Amino acid sequence: MEASKVIHAIYTDDDVLMAAVKTVRAEKHHIEDVFTPFPVHGLDKAMGLAPTRLAITAFLYGCVGLSVATLMMNYIMIEDWPQDIGGKPSFSFLENMPAFVPIMFELTVFFAAHLMVITFYMRSRIWPFKTAENPDPRTTDDHFLMEIAVHNNEEALTSLLKGTGAVEINIVDKDEDAH
Amino acid sequence: MEYKISNRLRTGAIILMILGALGVGYGFMDSHSVNEDNITEFLANEGHHDGAHATEAHGSEAEHGETLSEVEADHGHGAEAEVEGHELSHEEHVLHQIHNRPYAALYVAAFFFFMIALGVLAFYAIQYAAQAGWSPVLFRVMEGITAYVLPGGLIVLAIILVADSHIFIWMDENVVAHDALIQNKSSWLDKTWFLIRGLIFVGGWSAYRHFSRKFSVAQDLADVNDKSYFKKNFRISAAFLVFYIYTESMMSWDWIMSVDPHWFSTLFGWYVFASMFVSGITVIALITIYLKSKGLLTFVNNSHIHDLAKFMFGISIFWTYLWFSQFMLIWYANIPEEVTYYITRIEDYNLPFFGMVALNFLFPLLLLMNSDYKRIPWFVVMTGVVILFGHYLDIFNMIMPATVGDRWFIGIPEIGSILFFAGLFIFIVFTSLGKHPLLAKGNPFVKESEHFHY
Repeated sequence: MEASKVIHAIYTDDDVLMAAVKTVRAEKHHIEDVFTPFPVHGLDKAMGLAPTRLAITAFLYGCVGLSVATLMMNYIMIEDWPQDIGGKPSFSFLENMPAFVPIMFELTVFFAAHLMVITFYMRSRIWPFKTAENPDPRTTDDHFLMEIAVHNNEEALTSLLKGTGAVEINIVDKDEDAH
Repeated sequence: MEYKISNRLRTGAIILMILGALGVGYGFMDSHSVNEDNITEFLANEGHHDGAHATEAHGSEAEHGETLSEVEADHGHGAEAEVEGHELSHEEHVLHQIHNRPYAALYVAAFFFFMIALGVLAFYAIQYAAQAGWSPVLFRVMEGITAYVLPGGLIVLAIILVADSHIFIWMDENVVAHDALIQNKSSWLDKTWFLIRGLIFVGGWSAYRHFSRKFSVAQDLADVNDKSYFKKNFRISAAFLVFYIYTESMMSWDWIMSVDPHWFSTLFGWYVFASMFVSGITVIALITIYLKSKGLLTFVNNSHIHDLAKFMFGISIFWTYLWFSQFMLIWYANIPEEVTYYITRIEDYNLPFFGMVALNFLFPLLLLMNSDYKRIPWFVVMTGVVILFGHYLDIFNMIMPATVGDRWFIGIPEIGSILFFAGLFIFIVFTSLGKHPLLAKGNPFVKESEHFHY
């Protein structure tokens, strides 16, 4: 990659950070990433990030769960061995459906919830024993960090970021393999 | 933001009332054209209908065995048919059902519109008690709708008084004299005591409505630093909610469950509550969108609509949860004295009974799940209309099987009653909306609410 150098601008206040993000975006610089200790409301919009599609996956997973429950109960209770259990009508799925609804509901929720969480882990690349990607440990406590790629415009970027209220500006050689 | 009911809307409401009144009148005339003298002839003309019914019943009898014969005896007024030594002939039984129909149609529509206003009142009190920050811009809309609580409640009581045993079989002394089950309940199901209770309920609800409206308007005119009216409103709202949850439950036993005096269910009060709550919220959304489209609610943004639509979505699912819990427990245990309630509904009301689950559950579930759709006014209106029709059917399914049995139809008496009460509702609500500014500007949360953003 050409951008082997990045600039790290560090802020101590989320309102200042938001204003800085807007300024940098207005100057048409590409923000690589922003590290914050807590969710900053509206940051994704200010950075122009695309909305998440996680909810859509959850809906589809829920449909899978409902199908699994329906097919399973239909096969076991109606097709494979339709016993008379306490007089319940196991002649067809519909006739005995109220008894299956609790299971259908729970499996829908189970699939939607768990598969969505696993999707989230995979898309955000989080797993046990993963090396932390944090560029500065203070960003997990009380500092905010904006990372911008440098394209032979160090001075211009530095002065721009100084103007946005950054308390610290570091130019870092980025090791691509760290990710 | 001043609003005055437009002449077009007022005329429209009056036309609805007149059309409705004609329909109701026709319903009474039509039902009384059948009487003791010509009932045999009437039934003979219907021969083909009875024939079809008999084969159908016969077909399913093979599957269901003994339950069905019980059900057949329990069509309509279960109490009537089962009474020992007081067996009604088929003709008498049918005649009662035909005569009950216009009363029941009127009652269903009257209760439906009344329950919308009561549901809004409960929602309003919850917003006050919870000190919600998003909803104060909608308070005047809610106050307008709750103006219908007092007239609507009194009309429901008046219909009960006039209809008497046409709707509530336990009000017929002859029936009670032969019915040990109702006799055991007669300390509660007593007409005088019933009316006293009804007046206490309606009195309590409309007293809260009167004072909360009064304090809300007074807060507008009060000094900026004087929040005493808001505090008063907060206190009476909390007290009202306690009163409401008891009286709503008792009201549902009295006004609805006692049409089937042999049947009882413990979560019935909650079930009726869910129905009125979701209809009420839907009407808040519809009227808000209407007034906003007229440019009168500039302070309402699409986040408010989004929140209302979320409530419509959530409470629709809550309603379904209660509907299913009541149905599944009774279906599963299949105890004869409870299950007849559902058997008559499934046998005679198959489409309205299961159709309302589709309207009240599947439609809101699929249409309002997407966050973006909840912000589109026409989408919310479309879902709202479906929800309201679904909850009309819900009340229809509660009352009709006990009064007209399998002789139901959504025809002129039913539609006439809906039109009449819709006209009255629109007239009262929009007249009341015009009485005070549409923004409750004295409310301490109103600034937050105006800037509400989700």
